[in-house]
Amino acid sequence: MLRIEGLTKIFGGLRAVDNASLKVDAGQIVALIGPNGAGKTTLFASIAGFHKINAGRVEFLGQDITGRPVHEIARLGMVRTFQITQPFAKLSVLENIMVGAYQQFEDRALAETHAREVAQKVGMAAILDQPASELTVAARKRLELARALATGPKLLLLDEVMAGLNPQEISEIIAVIRAIRDTGVTILLIEHVMHAVMSLSEFIYVLSYGKIIAEGAPREVVSNREVIEAYLGRGAADQMPATAQTGQSQVGHSQEGHSHA
Amino acid sequence: MNKSIPLWVHLLLLAVAIIFPFVLPSAFWVNFGVLALFYAFIGQSWNIAGGFAGQLSFGHVAFLGAGAYASTIVQMRFGWNPWLGLPVAALAGAAAGWMVAAMSFRAGLKGSYFALITLAFAEVFRIVANSIEITGGGLGMLIPMKQTAANFQFADRRVFYYIMLALTVVSIAIAVWLKASRFGARLAAIRENEDSAMALGINVYSEKVKVMMLSGAIAGVGGCFFAQYFLYIDPTIAFGTDKSVEMLLVSMIGGAGTVYGPLIGAVLLALVSEVTRAMFTIQGLSLVIYGTLLVIIIAFLPNGLVDLFKRREKRQLGRLSSGASSKTGDA
Repeated sequence: MLRIEGLTKIFGGLRAVDNASLKVDAGQIVALIGPNGAGKTTLFASIAGFHKINAGRVEFLGQDITGRPVHEIARLGMVRTFQITQPFAKLSVLENIMVGAYQQFEDRALAETHAREVAQKVGMAAILDQPASELTVAARKRLELARALATGPKLLLLDEVMAGLNPQEISEIIAVIRAIRDTGVTILLIEHVMHAVMSLSEFIYVLSYGKIIAEGAPREVVSNREVIEAYLGRGAADQMPATAQTGQSQVGHSQEGHSHA
Repeated sequence: MNKSIPLWVHLLLLAVAIIFPFVLPSAFWVNFGVLALFYAFIGQSWNIAGGFAGQLSFGHVAFLGAGAYASTIVQMRFGWNPWLGLPVAALAGAAAGWMVAAMSFRAGLKGSYFALITLAFAEVFRIVANSIEITGGGLGMLIPMKQTAANFQFADRRVFYYIMLALTVVSIAIAVWLKASRFGARLAAIRENEDSAMALGINVYSEKVKVMMLSGAIAGVGGCFFAQYFLYIDPTIAFGTDKSVEMLLVSMIGGAGTVYGPLIGAVLLALVSEVTRAMFTIQGLSLVIYGTLLVIIIAFLPNGLVDLFKRREKRQLGRLSSGASSKTGDA
């Protein structure tokens, strides 16, 4: 469904994303994890067309979409959410979701019906008339999700939809995401909440200093030495039991990786 | 939150507007009505771009002037019937809107930069109109007086009033449609957050160009009416900054982004300027009073006079919901 090859994005002297390649198959939930500042959001923005990339290729549904404008990519069916929520502040929740729904339906009544259905799905049906500016963090995250979902996407790029939520809210949104996938929407998500990543995703890519340093099934990836090192430092990685390092994950492209760390 | 306006409000306002020249048939009040509706109309043009789509322009007179000049030129230089001036003016306004929008939005100008560039465009138009021959240069163009209906001139000024009323009704109908349509929803999304709008698949650039063309067309028609009403245009009248300011003021005072904001603001503007001019002989006093009112409104009703009505509605809603099942909240 989505295939990224050798994507590189440079800001000034910083290689924010460095030769990253990944692949998402239809129907999967794939997670992109990595320490803060690893370039995850930049990678998302590059995939969705928000940044002009310096090198590489993005292929969606078999088409080369590299360098296409954001709205065209969204209309093809790849829709992103924002880590820092960007609601249409003065519009109500329903109106926010309807903006998404209007992408599928030109008629107001149809768009509204669809928006209400989506709101039901993500658990916002009770607060449809509230202005988006008055929502809690958790509700704003849901609104991001609802708005994107209302466009009828084939692939959702979810950027930290669980950040700032309490455990109760997290478990609710995990259920929502799973339900969305079960309706046939493929999901690529960035997440820091590890238990959510572990329970949701079927495949994980780990990004560190702009490079994909590991990829594999969740169990394999968390026991990967490079991943532990990226998150916790070399010392911690050395202390890990040797068994952890034989977990057959495919270690990423570059061995020197982040020797400057 | 954006409950649509009930039909009876539209009908009541329309009825009041229709009987107005019969209740107050003097030339003064008819002229007052024409000007109030004219400002409501061109204010709505600004409101559609600035209020609905959030594209704040300081040079909206560029479109009005384009319409005024285009329609007068085809009449005076090519001998067209002045009624044909209306569609010509709409096209000219839309073309000017397209030009300004395409150039500014392609260059990525937003917010205050866009406002400044529109101001610059209006000035450029004024200078061009001042310096080329077909516009009559600085002398402007005087449309000869010939009061026949076929000539868009009427001895009875009330006819002008009803023409302006019809145009205003159309502009309000457009605003009502925007509130309830996909195009309007997309404009609101763009106004609130362009990145999000884009991420949801909205072609922000083309929607913004479209709305500037729509807004420009309306302003252009206003310009044509203006020329036929006063039978004279020159570069300062047609492209003067004062009209840009009035267009944005009436919609800000009334309530930007609302259906009736420009009308409310325009009636207030006309009241203040005409009535004070008639009552006091001191030059410029109307502007002092208008300025004072403006400060008061901005301080207490930042969303415009429309808020007066909305607030009452909200209070009633609050009472209704707090009254829960008991039917104490009489709306």
